[in-house]
Amino acid sequence: MNRINRVFSNGKAFIPFITAGDPNLEITKQLVYELANLGVDMIELGIPFSDPVAEGPVIQAADNRALLAGTTTDQIFDMVKEIRKACDVPLAFMTYINPVFSYGTEHFIKNSKEAGIDALIIPDLPFEEREEAKPYCNKYEIAFISMIAPTSGERIKNIAGQAEGFIYCVSSLGVTGIRDKIGMDAADMIKSAKAVKDIPCAVGFGISTPEQARAMAEISDGIIVGSAIVKIIERYGKDCIKPVSEYVKTMLQAIK
Amino acid sequence: MSNGRFGIYGGRYIPETLMNAVIELEAAYNHYKNDEEFNRELQELLINYAGRPSRLYYAKNMTEDLKGAKIYLKREDLNHTGSHKINNVLGQVLLAKKMGKTRVIAETGAGQHGVATATAAALLGLECEIFMGKEDTERQALNVFRMRLLGAKVHAVTTGTQTLKDAVNEALREWTSRVEDTHYVIGSVMGPHPFPEIVRDFQSIIGKEVKEQILKAEGKLPDVIIACVGGGSNAMGIFYDFIDNPEVKLIGCEAAGEGLDTDRHAATMAKGKIGIFHGMKSYFCQDEYGQIAPVYSISAGLDYPGIGPEHAYLKDIERAQYVAITDREAVEAFEYLSITEGIIPAIESAHAVAYAMKLAPKMKKDEIIVVNLSGRGDKDVAAIARYKGENIYE
Repeated sequence: MNRINRVFSNGKAFIPFITAGDPNLEITKQLVYELANLGVDMIELGIPFSDPVAEGPVIQAADNRALLAGTTTDQIFDMVKEIRKACDVPLAFMTYINPVFSYGTEHFIKNSKEAGIDALIIPDLPFEEREEAKPYCNKYEIAFISMIAPTSGERIKNIAGQAEGFIYCVSSLGVTGIRDKIGMDAADMIKSAKAVKDIPCAVGFGISTPEQARAMAEISDGIIVGSAIVKIIERYGKDCIKPVSEYVKTMLQAIK
Repeated sequence: MSNGRFGIYGGRYIPETLMNAVIELEAAYNHYKNDEEFNRELQELLINYAGRPSRLYYAKNMTEDLKGAKIYLKREDLNHTGSHKINNVLGQVLLAKKMGKTRVIAETGAGQHGVATATAAALLGLECEIFMGKEDTERQALNVFRMRLLGAKVHAVTTGTQTLKDAVNEALREWTSRVEDTHYVIGSVMGPHPFPEIVRDFQSIIGKEVKEQILKAEGKLPDVIIACVGGGSNAMGIFYDFIDNPEVKLIGCEAAGEGLDTDRHAATMAKGKIGIFHGMKSYFCQDEYGQIAPVYSISAGLDYPGIGPEHAYLKDIERAQYVAITDREAVEAFEYLSITEGIIPAIESAHAVAYAMKLAPKMKKDEIIVVNLSGRGDKDVAAIARYKGENIYE
């Protein structure tokens, strides 16, 4: 089975996000191995960007740390190739359109495929601008992940109709980050999307506690957790593997 | 130019959360731009509140001193709030109000756009929050207080380079989290469609007036129009009505900071390459991996790593030409205009004056240059004193 189709085949999916190169690429690699061993269903690797406008302060700071450490797109490709020698956990890249475009969009997507990436998420590339990257994703067989948000309304029909891999449901307004409460519009969004196409829907933005994870997993096919993990990495730096692992175990228990 | 494209440039590269907001804005703008009552109200505000039309002043002393082309100054510095920014802001805030928005947010560099937005919000009764890089709040402390005086809340942005680019990032993030009741008043001809078009249209009054005024004064069109460019709103505003007059040369002056051979500049056209950022495809200063470069200019208003997409298009089709002016040249022009004409220009506008000073002596005496004096320089006096080594604080 192709890796992207495997993501939602083991109950509710748990998809952690980490920024590649935070605090350095060696730790990122070890984190990927550890997360894969714990049984996460996919890992989102952020390619750091200088101006991540869809991110809250936690992931902004992580991008900053990774860039200060000298992380580049080419080094991340090399790391993924390295990882693929030992590990076949499904992997997605999450980054902004400028690092992709300036690398040469086709070149970037071709290299991603060759390195072993399964999906691409670009939050500042909405449905109307998808031609910028989607044709190359099709050509090189990388899933181009679509996002829907609480403000999407009628747009969900078009977006879901064209979606592949899974749909990334933005749980609430605003940027990524930890929130106390998450509105329940996610359930309605997922209902609208699934009415158009039978496709897995994963919820992200603002999920940090096992209770939130459970609640969101109930209404969706999986959850994406970023800031809560990145915060642990920020706190523990090079010693983050164990505390991240402990945290992810509690989240997995909550939804599996 | 449909779908927000100027050639390959423009578009709307923004998170899904904001898409409906810009689509709603586009529909509202397309409706109101042809709405008689809206246009009457806006016209009324531009005349009686902002003080339009702004004067086209023949700079006799400068012309005689430079011994070349006749120089005219388009006095946007005489508008209410001291710059061209008010033209766009009155239009957008009025539009926001018609759309039922109760709150406006804006980014600002030098503070001119922030002050103008706070002013329009105070006038039209909307809540207002301004995002300004922390470094800029220090460079332009008086403008920060001015905005507060006008009832706006000012957020000092401490991320990234703490300048205009980061203020835009924060304003975009804020808009994402409160999109329903809030309109983001973008201050330049940049950002996702329809902003570059809306801001250009509201600013195009500058060029329309110039055309009428110069025909009246000289009986012919100018040979050259010069304006400074950061995002490019005052330049687009004065260029737009002349695009179909190919005999009129259009020149944009970007900030070369400490020099194009250093990495301390904001010369997007000279040193940038095509990218996609802040909602648009255009030219950006960036590194080989597409990381947006930290830029620098003495002028907080030109200290931006990108440029509006229509300028990128005008450059590619060679309808407009873009030159870079250093801090030193701009400061010299700042002092020159002050002492020669008794007009203290904004340090941004001084970049355009500097190029006029280079160009005029090479032109014939019957040729005409119009310089867009986009703002007044009161806000810059303390910074220029510091640049000259004088220990003055605001």
